[in-house]
Amino acid sequence: MTHLLEVQDLVVKFGLRSGDLTALNGINFTLDPGERMGLVGESGAGKSVAGFSIINLISKPGFIASGRVLFEGEEISAYPLEQMRGIRGNRISMIFQDPMMTLNPVLTIGTQMVETILAHNRISTAHAREIALEKLSKVYISSPGKRLGQYPHELSGGMRQRVVIAISLLTNPSLIIADEPTTALDVTIQAEVMALLLELCKNEHMGLILITHDLGVVSQVTEKICVMYAGRIVEQGPTESIVTNPRHPYTRGLIQALPQGGGGRGRLHQIPGMMPNLTSIPPGCAFHPRCEHTMDICRSKAPQLFGDSETPGLVACHLYAQAR
Amino acid sequence: MTDSKSLVRISNVVKHFDISGGFLDRISFSGGRPSLTTTTVKALNDVSLDITQGEILSVVGESGCGKSTLGRTVLGLYPPTSGEIAFRDTRIDNLSARQMLPYRRKMQMVFQDPYASLNPRMTVRQILEEPTSFHFPDLSRSQVQDKVAEVMRQVGVDPAWAGRYPHEFSGGQRQRISIARALMVDPEFIVADEPISALDVSIQAQILNLIMDCQERFGLTYMFITHDLSVVEHISTRVAVMYLGTLCELADKKNLYGEPQHPYSRALLSAIPRLGSKGFSHMRLKGEVPTPINLPPGCVFHTRCPFTEERCRREIPALRTLPNGSRAACHALEEGRI
Amino acid sequence: MRLWKRFRSSYFLYSFLHDPVAMGSFAILAFLTLAAFGAPVIAPHNPYDTTTINIMDSEIPPVWMEGGEQNFTLGTDAQGRDMLSTMLYGMRISLIIGVGATLMQAVIGIVLGLLAGYKGGRVDSFLMRMADVQLSFSTLMVAIFLSAIFQAIFGVAAFERLAVPFLVLVIGIAEWPQYARTVRASVLAEKKKEYVEAARVMGLPAARIMWRHILPNSMSPILVLSTVQVAHAIMSEAALSFLGLGMPITKPSLGSLINSGFDYIFSGSWWITMFPGILLVLLILVINLLGDWVQDVLNPKLYKG
Repeated sequence: MTHLLEVQDLVVKFGLRSGDLTALNGINFTLDPGERMGLVGESGAGKSVAGFSIINLISKPGFIASGRVLFEGEEISAYPLEQMRGIRGNRISMIFQDPMMTLNPVLTIGTQMVETILAHNRISTAHAREIALEKLSKVYISSPGKRLGQYPHELSGGMRQRVVIAISLLTNPSLIIADEPTTALDVTIQAEVMALLLELCKNEHMGLILITHDLGVVSQVTEKICVMYAGRIVEQGPTESIVTNPRHPYTRGLIQALPQGGGGRGRLHQIPGMMPNLTSIPPGCAFHPRCEHTMDICRSKAPQLFGDSETPGLVACHLYAQAR
Repeated sequence: MTDSKSLVRISNVVKHFDISGGFLDRISFSGGRPSLTTTTVKALNDVSLDITQGEILSVVGESGCGKSTLGRTVLGLYPPTSGEIAFRDTRIDNLSARQMLPYRRKMQMVFQDPYASLNPRMTVRQILEEPTSFHFPDLSRSQVQDKVAEVMRQVGVDPAWAGRYPHEFSGGQRQRISIARALMVDPEFIVADEPISALDVSIQAQILNLIMDCQERFGLTYMFITHDLSVVEHISTRVAVMYLGTLCELADKKNLYGEPQHPYSRALLSAIPRLGSKGFSHMRLKGEVPTPINLPPGCVFHTRCPFTEERCRREIPALRTLPNGSRAACHALEEGRI
Repeated sequence: MRLWKRFRSSYFLYSFLHDPVAMGSFAILAFLTLAAFGAPVIAPHNPYDTTTINIMDSEIPPVWMEGGEQNFTLGTDAQGRDMLSTMLYGMRISLIIGVGATLMQAVIGIVLGLLAGYKGGRVDSFLMRMADVQLSFSTLMVAIFLSAIFQAIFGVAAFERLAVPFLVLVIGIAEWPQYARTVRASVLAEKKKEYVEAARVMGLPAARIMWRHILPNSMSPILVLSTVQVAHAIMSEAALSFLGLGMPITKPSLGSLINSGFDYIFSGSWWITMFPGILLVLLILVINLLGDWVQDVLNPKLYKG
């Protein structure tokens, strides 16, 4: 069976005056049709760059230095810009943190939706309107007919994000890339929007890449997780096993740093230091200056992702290589 | 409700912001006659709250619920429209700037955005020295410098970096400096307005630990304003839940997280994304948060509450103590309907 | 030392060294300024010294033209003054008035702008309406009013002596609202930031917050405006002088030089107007080009065309 998406050794660099910076350092993962994956990491980990580079939407001075992206078996990373546009916003949709990145403030919701449909399909305007209405009701927007005539600023934040989701559904994509879709929203609205996204992915059998820093949200929505640190995937595997049994010291630290419910007020586990800047990524394992298990090899050799038969998932850490 | 231990008492505070603008903006025509309209945002509606010495009182709620306004009103950044604020039983909301000075030192604030809360044109040393020499004019220059170095060490920033500008520090370190600035004047009470929401997860833990350490070491009392309910559960003693400028529920942490009473608290708590939970089981609220310009009559939550009855639309519920010790403002709870 | 280091590694210097237009403009401006203020040393003649001026030398064309004299490189004006020397002295006056008037505008504008922005409410409304009223009088009208009053009180002779401070005052008063508006807008933006709230929580007095915290953070727009305003003030002065409301012909600025030559332009002595004119255009041009560059550096968010 072909994967929905296959990313092979993707390297993304930023060309600067002082030389090239490596933002993504050899990313590998696959996504099956209908599968939901979380791309987790802190700011600067490269998770958004990873998401954008899949659809070749990295802004200058960033560029894909090497590696391939296969979407439904086609190598889309080699597509020229024109051909890429046919995929982007059509078979792969994006949802951004700020809904206003997708919505044009001076056009009504209806105009924007109809235009999107007409750009990809040759149908009548009336027919396009029907589709728009149908998608709006799919995202549980009340009185969708009225919303079509409204401007984005007349809607609340949660409502706008729903409209963005409805727009992303217009072309019946097989993959949605959502970059921090609920970070700007309140808890109750976040729950609603995420629940909606989960339901739609299940019903329409769409793949989802959820880029976020919130492990709680990821564990509710996704089936597998890639944890990123300083431009590399340090651990990947089924959501459940990563959340209950994290192996990489960074993943473990992240999970323990979260205040857990039902407890006393003890000190939280804290990872010392902070994520390195792209200009000064430490040699060897990028996490070694902050790790509590650092060994000599960590300082010189970068660990590769590998798996073993006992635990599902892959981890890039010398600790486990040694045990093997 | 006078409690001898109360450090800060907020009594019936109302804060309205006039956003009607200039004279020309206010003219409107109704029925052919010109009239002046006033548009006010009702940010706080009759909030009463006691903060006890030594506790961490968290104020939670969604954006626009007035939690930040409450914190700023307590510190006198906004004068309350009506109501009183007392610090150690002295009313402070009507003091002049000069009379307020001794209290300024006792009450400090830590802000949300570590990038905006430090003056970008001042070095860390200047930022920390300014409040110290202002509030302790008797200290010699070297004493001030010693104090700066000491506090910097306490918050975990190397004093050797005092000559640097804020932009040379990471977000977490800036937040440490921001905390250091508050600590410079030996405060007793700190309002922390979303101090960790702009930080990364691993840094959040560092700052939360620092906040708790400071509480222990200096015997501080906090008003901790946040929307992050899992953080609240970890650090607070008591929690106040706000909705649309109104206090819905005030409860001990254990009570609130164990058995939330007010329907809004229930909805809020059910929506926390929990690690390891699959799918969603949150309580769905209908509709949207109304605007604070046109508050719904009666209980402000009635437009979205699943337990709304006739009385909720008419009468504003008062905060009442419930059998489990929590205090909540809800007719349905009072009538035993839920 | 540290400051110098910071400056050397700054983006400011970097972008300057990578912008030939900025560097060229700066070089020309520096050269012109040096020449203007070094006029007593480098100018071949002293146009203020009436004993050296001979009316017989009037309207001598530039040296490369027929009838030109080695002694007067750019020719002479109608009074027989050496054009080059008079222009250098005139440019000095233009620059002094331009910079002085801008400083005056800046002081008035910054103080009132800070007050209006920080205090808000009635103070704000009052000051800004005042600014509107001020802006609806043109610089010319202010100059005509004030010079009439001035000459009535002090007499015409005194005006000749006090022309420079008078022009600084007129242009300063006429154009302070530009500064006040810019500063107010910037204060309104800065006031909302949390570091200002932090200073208020500390109980710092309002004057100190305005001066120590808000003003340093409003310097970028003020700096950008200042370059524009210097150019503008020089132009205003030239315009006033051209209309006879500015510098007297005995102590000419570039504007009064252009004016004095205007009557002779059709009698063939074009150089009396042309050379000061070219110099004025060049001066304004390089200041504006530098201003453009400063604007680009300080407001990187602004898109370039």
